[in-house]
Amino acid sequence: MEIPESIKKRLTIPAEEHFFAGHTACQGCGASLGLRYVLKAYGRKTIFVIPACCSTIIAGAWPYNTLDANLFHTAFETTGAVISGIEAALKARGIKVKGEDGVMVVGWAGDGGTADIGLQALSGFLERGHDALYIMYDNEAYMNTGIQRSGSTPYGAWTTNTPGGKRHFLEKRHKKKVIDIVIAHEVPYAATASVAFPEDFIRKLKKARKIEGPSFIQLFAPCPTGWRSPTDKSIELARLAVQTAYFPLFEYENGKYRINMPSPKKEPKPIEEYLKLQGRFKYMTKEDVEILQQWVLHEWEKLKKLAEVFG
Amino acid sequence: MAEYKPIRKVVSGNYAAAYAVKHARVQVVAAYPITPQTSIIEKIAEFIANGEADIQYVPVESEHSAMAASIGASAAGARAFTATAAQGLALMHEMLHWASGARLPIVMVDVNRAMAPPWSVWDDQTDSLAQRDTGWMQFYAENNQEVYDGVLMAFKVAETVNVPIMVIESAFILSHTYDVVEMIPQELVDEFLPPRKPLYDLADFSQAISVGALATPDDYYEFRYKLAKAMEEAKKVIKDVGKEFGERFGRDYSDMIEKGYIDDADFVFMGMGSLMGTVKEAVDLLRKEGYKVGYAKVRWFRPFPKEELLEIAESVKGIAVLDRNFSFGQEGILFNEAKGSLYNSSARPVMKNYIVGLGGRDFTVQDVRAIAEDMKRVIESGLDREVEWYHLKR
Repeated sequence: MEIPESIKKRLTIPAEEHFFAGHTACQGCGASLGLRYVLKAYGRKTIFVIPACCSTIIAGAWPYNTLDANLFHTAFETTGAVISGIEAALKARGIKVKGEDGVMVVGWAGDGGTADIGLQALSGFLERGHDALYIMYDNEAYMNTGIQRSGSTPYGAWTTNTPGGKRHFLEKRHKKKVIDIVIAHEVPYAATASVAFPEDFIRKLKKARKIEGPSFIQLFAPCPTGWRSPTDKSIELARLAVQTAYFPLFEYENGKYRINMPSPKKEPKPIEEYLKLQGRFKYMTKEDVEILQQWVLHEWEKLKKLAEVFG
Repeated sequence: MAEYKPIRKVVSGNYAAAYAVKHARVQVVAAYPITPQTSIIEKIAEFIANGEADIQYVPVESEHSAMAASIGASAAGARAFTATAAQGLALMHEMLHWASGARLPIVMVDVNRAMAPPWSVWDDQTDSLAQRDTGWMQFYAENNQEVYDGVLMAFKVAETVNVPIMVIESAFILSHTYDVVEMIPQELVDEFLPPRKPLYDLADFSQAISVGALATPDDYYEFRYKLAKAMEEAKKVIKDVGKEFGERFGRDYSDMIEKGYIDDADFVFMGMGSLMGTVKEAVDLLRKEGYKVGYAKVRWFRPFPKEELLEIAESVKGIAVLDRNFSFGQEGILFNEAKGSLYNSSARPVMKNYIVGLGGRDFTVQDVRAIAEDMKRVIESGLDREVEWYHLKR
């Protein structure tokens, strides 16, 4: 569909679309929005590697592909290794990688495939320094298999294997900080991003394209099905996650931290505002909410200190 | 075509593999170290360091990733190689299916090593045979020369039918034992093995392609059938490539089963890999002593050379199948395959299974003689038992 010039001028993100209608994501799916933005930033000359996750299905069953880019589906734990191999092959064949006109090799894996089973291959990819981008889209559970907890599931969340119930069998561990693990590899570029802030996300994608070596983006992507949240609240939830400092936006670039908050001076909103819109947190007691709130503020202070000292 | 003058080098089986990788102009090697495979990738690294080979080497963090990275490289159009052994091969298992299912002609050397526990680094075929149903072809090398030739032919066969191939050599008996290998000058390898033309190419953006997507019950079945058909067609390709190799370089591999003294033999020894070197030596001696014996060395276990086996079975009274492997709860794996292959034929030789040399236990010419004695007895007075664990310590 041709976009009128008048609308194009008002757009703050690229007008071109490489993610087609007819995909099979649920309504309000954050991951599908994320895919759309990645393709807007990188265009046709992208090789996606997608392991077992919701996006396996979102892209469509054979012979369909809703992504206007080349796509290789792979096994759950292999994203980091497969993008390494693809990058090596492109280099062996003398094909330009990254830069303005080179091929972008993008690993696109969920939090289970990254924080848990795929962590080893991610580490190998980062440590060897391949010229590719790994995006972990974080919907905080194994959504494709029916909402089971992952290492990225937050404290107090209901999932189908942390079901609440009378004995209060909720997730009792805080979210694994995958981005900190990534930064510990001394990568040239790592960032968090959110589907509620597409301009920020696309800017980060474009930066990753220019940077030599491996880069990593942890993208916050709400899942109405797994979060038991209204399908029209995904963007609001993603925004609240940032505003409550539950999922702060920041960049780590060659040893320097930079916080990318819309209003960095503002005090974070109370975590309840974020929690109350989601059915998955309905089993939390007041004490649970307080425990999560304290963790969020503690992590936020830590990040601010890092940005202050290593800004 | 330039005249073929072989370059003779004294190398280990592993170095023979590394030279073949260099001569095949492999573009990506992703590998993880494991005994006794390590010296293959060390030698390749040395070639790269000395500027003798232009290979992207990815030192991955596990064998699972070695196969995953090889899959990525092959899907992106490169000629890809890796090598492993035993536990490493077992760790790769999941990705072996991915390589064959995505129709990627990766070539891998597996150095046959026993599976733990108990720990063992010595020869045993159970590691590779446990990968029987992964959709990979399997070539068993008898000696270092066959490792070298096998790797070169494997690329040509794999890239013709788009199915990956394992070239299998014995731990230490070949991997670390030095022998003369006739190598082929680079320009002649280039003539034999032109650059790869991939079935699909992730680096071709003329149209969006999606590989390995979900297939519903409507389609999955046909994907499997196509792989099955490719394996069946590979038999002809294997024979053609083996014949071409013989015409160019004097070593003929047109038979999937190498045969000796079959025509007038009462019975034959059948087996795979390095132990067949011992058998061939023994058969020469036994023939001089008046035994009417022959040998059938199964070079390709997948695809399985059923037709060639049938021909042999029709002309002999007995087959002694030597298995350096075992399928627990049943019998030796080659024995099982061979027996099954003959069921619907009229050929009914006596078949007895000898389990030999597991975990690197020595297997000598004297052992072959003892088995020959036993087989003679079996043919004369009937089969006592199907499976014999030969020379078990009591």
